[in-house]
Amino acid sequence: MDNSVPHSRLHADDVTIGYDRQVISSNLSVAIPDGSFTVIVGANACGKSTLLRALARLIKPSAGQIVLDGKAISDYPAREVARRLGLLPQSSIAPDGITVADLVARGRYPHQSFLQQWSDADEAAVIAAMEATHITALSHRRVDELSGGQRQRVWIAMVLAQETPLLLLDEPTTYLDITHQIELMELLRVLNQRDGKTVTAVLHDLNQACRYGTHLIAMRNGAVVAEGAPREIMTAELVEAVFGLACVIIEDPIAHTPLVIPRGAPTPVAGV
Amino acid sequence: MSMLPATINFGHRAQALRPFGGRLSRLIGIRRMVVCAGLLVLALGFGLLTLASGDFPVPLGDVLRVLVGQAEPSVQMVVVEWRLPRVALALLLGAALGLSGAIFQSITRNPLGSPDIIGFEAGAYTGALLVMVAMGGGYLMVAGGALVGGLITAALVYGLAWRRGVQGFRLIIVGIGVSAMLTALNKFMLLRAQLEVAMSAAMWDAGSLNGLGLDRLLIAALLLLVLIPASLLLARPMAQLEMGDDAASALGISAERTRVLLMVLGVALIATVTATAGPIGFVALVAPQLARRLTRAAGVALLPSAAMGALLLVAADYLAQRAFAPTQLPVGVVTISLGGMYFAWLLVAEARRQ
Repeated sequence: MDNSVPHSRLHADDVTIGYDRQVISSNLSVAIPDGSFTVIVGANACGKSTLLRALARLIKPSAGQIVLDGKAISDYPAREVARRLGLLPQSSIAPDGITVADLVARGRYPHQSFLQQWSDADEAAVIAAMEATHITALSHRRVDELSGGQRQRVWIAMVLAQETPLLLLDEPTTYLDITHQIELMELLRVLNQRDGKTVTAVLHDLNQACRYGTHLIAMRNGAVVAEGAPREIMTAELVEAVFGLACVIIEDPIAHTPLVIPRGAPTPVAGV
Repeated sequence: MSMLPATINFGHRAQALRPFGGRLSRLIGIRRMVVCAGLLVLALGFGLLTLASGDFPVPLGDVLRVLVGQAEPSVQMVVVEWRLPRVALALLLGAALGLSGAIFQSITRNPLGSPDIIGFEAGAYTGALLVMVAMGGGYLMVAGGALVGGLITAALVYGLAWRRGVQGFRLIIVGIGVSAMLTALNKFMLLRAQLEVAMSAAMWDAGSLNGLGLDRLLIAALLLLVLIPASLLLARPMAQLEMGDDAASALGISAERTRVLLMVLGVALIATVTATAGPIGFVALVAPQLARRLTRAAGVALLPSAAMGALLLVAADYLAQRAFAPTQLPVGVVTISLGGMYFAWLLVAEARRQ
């Protein structure tokens, strides 16, 4: 093992990924540092979700490989991957009329077998996952009558019940209002720092990425433009290069992390 | 055996069972168990009623005595040889229809995605007709024809609906179109066939259990005793698949493989029914939805759908025999009226909700 880079249980080695015959990224190598809160940022259609999907084994690279714990992820049985790596997809469908506890319990699937379908461990994991996401009081409610923020916490509880050391989340804050976005980011930070989970999320909000992420991966046209700690890599030049957005970077007065202020139109529009 | 109450409030009564020192564990939904048991008791009750009634009425007490092997030979013959195969077939085929409907409604995530709507039943019938008309084959060959016809239709519908994966609603629309074309083809074959073949095929067209004997029962039972447990084993992956391919895959399920396996089983179930009794409509459509309303479960569930299917078909067959006795209706005619009532009720329920 190379000591100059942090150890990584999950990394992409020289992968070419895409859909059908359309290549999104070629010869891409990315490592998720163990114990980090990694945030992948980039403009729409830059390949960040595609990378996340490949890391979660939802799509198979046409060249190169995704490595999980030293072995190609495609060599594992599907359930074994699901015991090490949890994923919150961009969209999931709650079965009609399902209750919160029933949905969270579905996260236990990779740990269950024909004989064992509701062990003490299953029950304990579901209770802990609902506690961590503050949905215990909602457990008997139907998922379809919850608010968007509550529903997203239920989905996260399902992934937590899976009890995986690695956690991947694809745009988890989309459709949430600002309060629920911050609440969710705080929860992810707790999972990362207190529970020691390696968290990787695709996010749109650069300021949230800088405030909560410990490791940033900035992508453009399917390639990694820069990666590292937000304080070290987040510059006006990087934002310009990745998003084509003119901005200034100041210090976040609360968290002391980089804060991206867009310049916008050069002069205010008259009459507004 | 530990019987700790579940400490989680599931929003419904649930009981954790961990017998054999925890080597076996299950979470039992109480309502679901009660509903399944109730449906089964009702289905068996209708079965007994059918065994007792007919041109030669047998008192219920005698029927029970027959079943434990203590009755006069003449009564024995009426109940066991004349009536039992038909009742057993109604129960088994009904369960198969309920299961098949539940499988396809789950895959398409749509209450209309049942094999009698999306063309798989029509395709199985086409396969069976081709064998009958072209080759004049016996029951096993007809069953094989139905299976091949159903599978080809399923592959065709799936292929036509495929666009980077299959989306439920597109599959249903394509299926309805294919179903209409196959129904036209079936009518065409009946019109062009030789008279006696056409007569026997047309009798069978409405879906009927009239005159089915022990030979049919044995083969159908053999097939279904493999297909029904195999389907029930896939209940859990099927439920996970309802959350979408990404979520299911992330939980360790091979989405595409599971779906293909489910479809093959669902087609084999409907093909067995079609080869045995002809196309019986609406049981596959209605049973999973009625079962769902009774169990108040999330999504469609296999076991309650099977129990409901068995009850519906055995009750429909009782009606088919008794409603205009001595005239015997094909059971398919009764299930179609049942389907009509179901749609009327759905409309009223929808109108009330708005």
